[in-house]
Amino acid sequence: MKLVVAIIKPFKLEEVKEALAGLGIEGMTVTEVKGFGRQKGHTEIYRGSEYTVDFLPKVKIEIALGDELVARTVEAIVKSAKTGKIGDGKVFIVPLEDVVRIRTDEHGDAAI
Amino acid sequence: MKLIVAIIKPFKLEEVKEALAGIGVQGMTVTEVKGFGRQKGHTEVYRGSEYTVDFLPKVKVEIVVADEIVAKVIAAVVQSAKTGKIGDGKVFVLPIDEAVRIRTGEQGEIAL
Amino acid sequence: MTLRFSFVRRTIWLCLVVVLCSLPVLAEQAAPSMDQRVAALEAYVTNTDPGKSLTGVPGPGHNGWMMTSSALVLFMTLPGLALFYGGLVRRKNVLSVLAQCLGIAGLVTILWWAVGYSLVFGQSFKGSGIGRFLGGTEFMFLRGVTSAPNTDYAFWVSQNVFAMYQLMFAIITPALIVGAIAERMKFSAVLWFVTLWMLVVYFPLAHMIWGATGMMNGAANAGAAITAIDFAGGTVVHMSSGWSALILCLIIGPRIGFGREKMAPHSMVLCMVGTGMLWVGWYGFNAGSAVAADGIAANAFMTTTLAAAVASFTWGMIERVFRGHASILGFCSGAVAGLVVITPAAGFVSSTGAVILGLIAGSVPYLFVTSVKAKFGYDDALDTFGVHAVGGTMGAFLTGLFATGAVNSNLAGGAALKNGLAKLVTEGGLWHEQLKAIILTLFLAIAATFVLAHLVKMVVGLRPAPEIERQGLDLMEHGEEGYIE
Repeated sequence: MKLVVAIIKPFKLEEVKEALAGLGIEGMTVTEVKGFGRQKGHTEIYRGSEYTVDFLPKVKIEIALGDELVARTVEAIVKSAKTGKIGDGKVFIVPLEDVVRIRTDEHGDAAI
Repeated sequence: MKLIVAIIKPFKLEEVKEALAGIGVQGMTVTEVKGFGRQKGHTEVYRGSEYTVDFLPKVKVEIVVADEIVAKVIAAVVQSAKTGKIGDGKVFVLPIDEAVRIRTGEQGEIAL
Repeated sequence: MTLRFSFVRRTIWLCLVVVLCSLPVLAEQAAPSMDQRVAALEAYVTNTDPGKSLTGVPGPGHNGWMMTSSALVLFMTLPGLALFYGGLVRRKNVLSVLAQCLGIAGLVTILWWAVGYSLVFGQSFKGSGIGRFLGGTEFMFLRGVTSAPNTDYAFWVSQNVFAMYQLMFAIITPALIVGAIAERMKFSAVLWFVTLWMLVVYFPLAHMIWGATGMMNGAANAGAAITAIDFAGGTVVHMSSGWSALILCLIIGPRIGFGREKMAPHSMVLCMVGTGMLWVGWYGFNAGSAVAADGIAANAFMTTTLAAAVASFTWGMIERVFRGHASILGFCSGAVAGLVVITPAAGFVSSTGAVILGLIAGSVPYLFVTSVKAKFGYDDALDTFGVHAVGGTMGAFLTGLFATGAVNSNLAGGAALKNGLAKLVTEGGLWHEQLKAIILTLFLAIAATFVLAHLVKMVVGLRPAPEIERQGLDLMEHGEEGYIE
C-alpha cells in the first residue's frame, strides 16, 4: 500500500477530484497548505508598507492506495493538475504499512 | 518508529486525545482537513444555483511512536473515535526512518 | 458766501422732498406686510412657493431632511451595496467589488461636478430640440449652484444640497451594474465603461424623467411628450442599470469555470450587513425623493417599509415551501427586490398598493434568478438583471396601475393638469404612458451598452488574463488581500 501525496494549485482541485473519480477513487484527505518553491510570490503594499508574500496557497491531497493503482493515480493527478507553468506542484509516494477503518476495525487492503 | 496518521470526526478529537493520554502518548500534531469518502456531503442553494459540498470537515491527528506500542495506539484511536457510522475515518501507519528533537538534537526513539 | 449758502440750503430742501416722497415705496420694500410674512411661513409648511419675501432662503427642516437623505443614499453604495455584493463573490474577489464601488463614487462625483448636474438639471437647452433629452450648460462645474434654492425643483432646499442628493443616485446606478460582471472585468475597463455610460445613458435618461424640460417628466413638465411618472428612479436607476448589466454580462461572457466550479458566496454575513444598510439607506432614496420633509415623503417612507418587508418575507417563504429552507440570501434578495419595485411608486401609491407591489416583488424576481437564469445560462453573477432590471421594469409598469392623486397632489394639479397626466391618473390609462417610458429606457440602455461595451473592449479590453481571473482580482488588480491571517 502507498500513500500518494500531491501538492497542487488550489483551483485545480476540482479537476483532480474528477480525474480520480474517473479511476474509481472514492476517498481522499484535502488540506490547505502554503507552498514555497520556484514559483515566485508577490508583494503587497499597504499605504507604502511593503510585504513580500512568498508562501503561496496550495492544496495537499492525500490518497491511500493498493500498490497496483499507484501508477495510474499519479498519472491522473499529473495530467489533471498540470498548467505547464511554474508552481504546478509535486506528487510524493510514501510507503504505507497498514490502514485501519475506524468504524469496522478492518485492516490492510480491505480498509482502503 | 512509526508515524500513525488518523483522520477522524472533528468532535471526536477530545476523546481521542484523552484515550492517547491514557496510554502515555504525549505528543501529537493536529490539523483541520477536509475528507472526501463514502460519507455523503450536502448541497447548498444560493438563489437557485446549487453547490454540492462533498468535502466534509475532518481532523488529522499525527503521532510518532515506537514500534512496540503501535498496536496499542491504533486500538486506542479506533476505540475512542468510533461512532459506528459511515465517516468515522481511517488510521494509516507509515514507517519513519528518523526522529530528531530540535531542542537537544537527540535522535531515535528517545526523541519521541 | 451768501450765494453759496443759499445753494446748499436749496439742495438740502430738494433732497428732503425727494426722500419724503419716496418713503412709502421704500417702506414697502424693506418690510413686507404681516400677511405676506405669514403666507411665506405657510408656504414653508406646505412646501410651496414662498413668494418674494423669502426668495433665495432655504427652509431649515426641508434642507435638514435632504442632507440626511443625501448621506443615506451614499450609505447605500458605501458601504451598503459594496458589502452586499462583496459578500456574494468568492473571497479572492471581495476587494475588487469594494474597489469598483469606491472608484465609481469618486469618478462619478467628478463627472457630476463637471457636466453631469448641468446636463440633467440645467435648462439652457430649453426650446432647442435637445432640451427634451438634456438640460443645459449653465451649471457646469457647479457654477452658480449655491445654498439658494433652485425653485424649478424645490422651493425650500438649497440647490447645492439638491445637487449632492442627485449625485448620490448617479453614484449608485453604475455601481449596481458591477453585480452582473463581478469577478471578471478589468478595473480600467469598469472605469472607462462607467464614464461613457454616464454620459450616454444616465445623464440623458435622468434629464428626460426628472429634468424640468425632460420629455418624460409627466409630474413636473407641462410640456412632457410622454406623461410618465417615476418617483425615485425605477426607470432611471434600476431599469437602466439592470438592462445594461444584462447586455454587458452577455458581451463579457461567463466567469471561468461558470457552471462547473463552486462559486458560492464567501460571506453571507457581509451580504446581510450590506442588505440592512441598503434597506435603511433606501429611506433617503425614496422618502428623500419628495425633495422636502412633507406628506409625500411620509407616504413614501411607509410604502418603502411595507414593500421591502412583504417582499423579503414572501421570497423567504417561497423558498421554504419549494426548497425546504428559508435562506438568508432569500430574505436579503426579497428585501432588495421589494425596494426596487416600490422605488418608482413610493410617493404615488397607497399602503395597499405597496403591499401588492411587495408580493409581486417577492415572487417574480425569484423566478428570474432561479429558473430563467438557469434556463438561458447567462452569468449574471450577482443578479443585477434578475433583481434590478426585472424589478425596475415591473415597478415602472405597476406604478401606472396603482398611482393615485390621493397621496400625491402633483398627480392632480399643476403640470399634471396641463399635460393630461391628472386625467390619466383618475380615468386610467397611465400604464400606457409608463409603457412608452419603459420602451424608451430599454432601447437607450440596451443599444448604448451594446455600442459602448464593444468600444471599451476594442480600446482597453474587458477581461483580465485568465491567469489573473484564476488568482483573483484582489491580488492581481489591486495588490491587496481581503483576509490576511
